[in-house]
Amino acid sequence: MNLTSAALAYLGSGLGAGLAIIGAGLGIGKLAASAMDGIARQPSAVGDIRGSMIVAAGLIEGATFFALVICILLAVK
Amino acid sequence: MKRVLGVIMLSAMLGSGAVFAAEQEQQVGEQAEAPAAAEPMHEGAAHHVAVGAAHEGGAHQVAGHEESKSSETAHHILHHVADGEDFELEIPVPPYHLLTVPIASWFSFLKIERTPGACGKPVPAAMESIPGVSSWLDGCWDLRPTKAILMMWTATALLFLTVFLGRKRDANGVPKGLLTHLVEVLVLYVRDEIVVPNIGKAEAPRYTPYITSLFFFVLFMNWLGLIPGMFAATGVLAVTTALAVLTFVLTQVAGIRSAGLKGYLAHLTGGVPAFLWVIMIPVEVLGLFTKPFALLVRLFANMLGGHLVVFFLLGLIFMWALGAVAVALPLTIAIYMLEIFVGILQAYLFALLTSLFIGQGVAMGHHGHDDHAEHAAEHAH
Repeated sequence: MNLTSAALAYLGSGLGAGLAIIGAGLGIGKLAASAMDGIARQPSAVGDIRGSMIVAAGLIEGATFFALVICILLAVK
Repeated sequence: MKRVLGVIMLSAMLGSGAVFAAEQEQQVGEQAEAPAAAEPMHEGAAHHVAVGAAHEGGAHQVAGHEESKSSETAHHILHHVADGEDFELEIPVPPYHLLTVPIASWFSFLKIERTPGACGKPVPAAMESIPGVSSWLDGCWDLRPTKAILMMWTATALLFLTVFLGRKRDANGVPKGLLTHLVEVLVLYVRDEIVVPNIGKAEAPRYTPYITSLFFFVLFMNWLGLIPGMFAATGVLAVTTALAVLTFVLTQVAGIRSAGLKGYLAHLTGGVPAFLWVIMIPVEVLGLFTKPFALLVRLFANMLGGHLVVFFLLGLIFMWALGAVAVALPLTIAIYMLEIFVGILQAYLFALLTSLFIGQGVAMGHHGHDDHAEHAAEHAH
């Protein structure tokens, strides 16, 4: 196996992207679960909960994209 | 009405696929012809494509092997998503040469060289990752507009057009007309749901114009990238950096306005005893920069990644066979719809977080004095 630095960079980039999306999926899944619980307890608050859920999902995805940007940097350099 | 919209959207996507096909074929055709003929074969408008493809053909002759279809597609897509000096209008004008808008050469008077030959100087090894800064310090002030700046101007022009068309009011100042109502709803939403809850009613009128402009500007830039033939300026790191710098400046201005310079600097110490200042102040200063940095990376990565995914899903048609349309097109349409939503969500999030940071700056001034009791007494009557 010819492990050049470019090959290692691609490998690292792929693994990193996969790990990043695991983190994002778990985080946003937990968030959505709590939001569903909240809506189930108080259906009249669905508007507020939906708004907060979307904002929080955006913030979590922002953190994920940090990791993704590093993976893209590895892959193109 | 909905059916018409759906048909228009579908044909736009298919049209962009067809344009891709035309350009791809042209590149492949030119690569095949490059070994046979010399460079000046197409005197038409697509000089850069000819030169680029001939360069590719020449380089590959030297390398001795052909670029595979997938890396060719990837190269093509990355060229589209990155900033550049020319703007290629991907409209298949017969005979399928692409119109190029050579913006950088129109504005070549903006390439200021303090010393002649400053722009060609090689970059020292220490500054290799930031060649732009190195050439700026060397005296090459290259202020020519690029593709991203052209897109920002387009977004601004569209914004002006929208607001100009949406200003119809009747004698009493009540808005009338569909576009006026739409603009009014959005602006009121930004003011009442984004600015006022975060900044407070007192300071909101000072910052509402900026936050509204920011929201609409980012929104239009994001959505402009989805139109076939246009380019998303927010997918360029420099544009989001500029927006984040503005946010940073406004946050500090809000803090200094409300707490005074001494209060603002006092906040930087974080309220710890004097002997811990050596540790605290660098950490706090660093903390000042991380929040706008998060803003900029979030917007940039969302826009770049989203558009890249749309391009690559369409590019599957070229990397595999033509029959991949059955798989690629529904996926592309789904991700395209998601991108429309993500565009507006990221604009909303950028505006919301900016107003949150400004609100934190404004709130810096209310910790120091104990004015709650006085305010309560005032409001009592």
